[in-house]
Amino acid sequence: MATDYATLKKGGFMRQKQKNHFSLRLAVVGGQISTEQLVAVTEVAQKYGHGYVHLTSRQGIEIPFIKLEDIDEVKEALAKGGAVPGVCGPRVRTITACQGSAVCPNGCIETEELAKELNDRYFGLELPHKFKFGVTGCQNNCLKAEENDLGIKGGVRVEWIKDKCISCGLCEKICREKAISIKDGVVSINRDKCNYCGRCALGCPTDAYDTTQGYMLSFGGLFGNTINKGTAIVPFIEDKKTLFAVCDAALNFFRENANPSERFKFTIDRVGRDKLDEAIWKAYEGR
Amino acid sequence: MAETEIKVDDKIDITDVVCPVTFVKTKVALEEIDDGQILQVHLNDGEPVQNVPRSVKDEGHQILKLTDNEDGTYELFIKKVGD
Repeated sequence: MATDYATLKKGGFMRQKQKNHFSLRLAVVGGQISTEQLVAVTEVAQKYGHGYVHLTSRQGIEIPFIKLEDIDEVKEALAKGGAVPGVCGPRVRTITACQGSAVCPNGCIETEELAKELNDRYFGLELPHKFKFGVTGCQNNCLKAEENDLGIKGGVRVEWIKDKCISCGLCEKICREKAISIKDGVVSINRDKCNYCGRCALGCPTDAYDTTQGYMLSFGGLFGNTINKGTAIVPFIEDKKTLFAVCDAALNFFRENANPSERFKFTIDRVGRDKLDEAIWKAYEGR
Repeated sequence: MAETEIKVDDKIDITDVVCPVTFVKTKVALEEIDDGQILQVHLNDGEPVQNVPRSVKDEGHQILKLTDNEDGTYELFIKKVGD
């Protein structure tokens, strides 16, 4: 019987150059793997692979040198530890994420839960070509949001609280965008310069800033044969409903307009950036 | 500036060191005073003033005041808060 490589690829089995061997890609969400899963992965790599795993560039784990005839046994062994194969090919790929505000002192948003929600909504969704989501918790951008087809970056919108301020001037010093100026004890925030990094609020000795969490999105990033930095279309998004509506709109645009094997950036270039802008703005405004 | 209103218990100068020693020296000095006592830190503009106050705040201490000496240095007044 002929081997159905497309189906195997869909199930996370990457054909190796060595005949009948596969590098098995596992589903990992937001870079989090439980110790139970790791034990199962270790056992499979020892018994069916070559006793090692490969860490991918997008927070995944692959177990190389899995033999074609062992695939069903391997899947079963992994399932016992709660590990499941990931995907390759033309669909929504692994949702990557940094650790976010749950762990990181700089994190502006909670990323683990968001990665899971995105995973539940979109992971494995069939599309004309691969589509990558990445979630980073703040402007430090450890997760490199803009290299993804759709990048999500966390931020906070700040409002100065006059009554709590001791006029120490620290926020003006801390701000890297020079968006804060203080005159006669009054703090002014230049909204055109503010990049929502939240350093002013984090550094403020008296917590004299109110903060509202939100998301900044970039579209059309690529970091392979062609390198392109994803760019923004809509302003700071303050709720998940709008966030998901915009993500839906981007995926729909891609599905409806892309040629087979065409990445999002090239669809945008070919169809017209204005067309994407229109679709994204429509979703952003809830029209 | 009017620093007379704050009664300082100890002073340190961290203008002769760079990050992360700036914070380490500050932390050690805070360990040597009692809860509620006040430490005055003499520090440089740039990275020290951007990072040290935030690190001190993250450790749970209270920052009372920051004054600009207008010579590229600052005085930071920290009240020690125990666990």
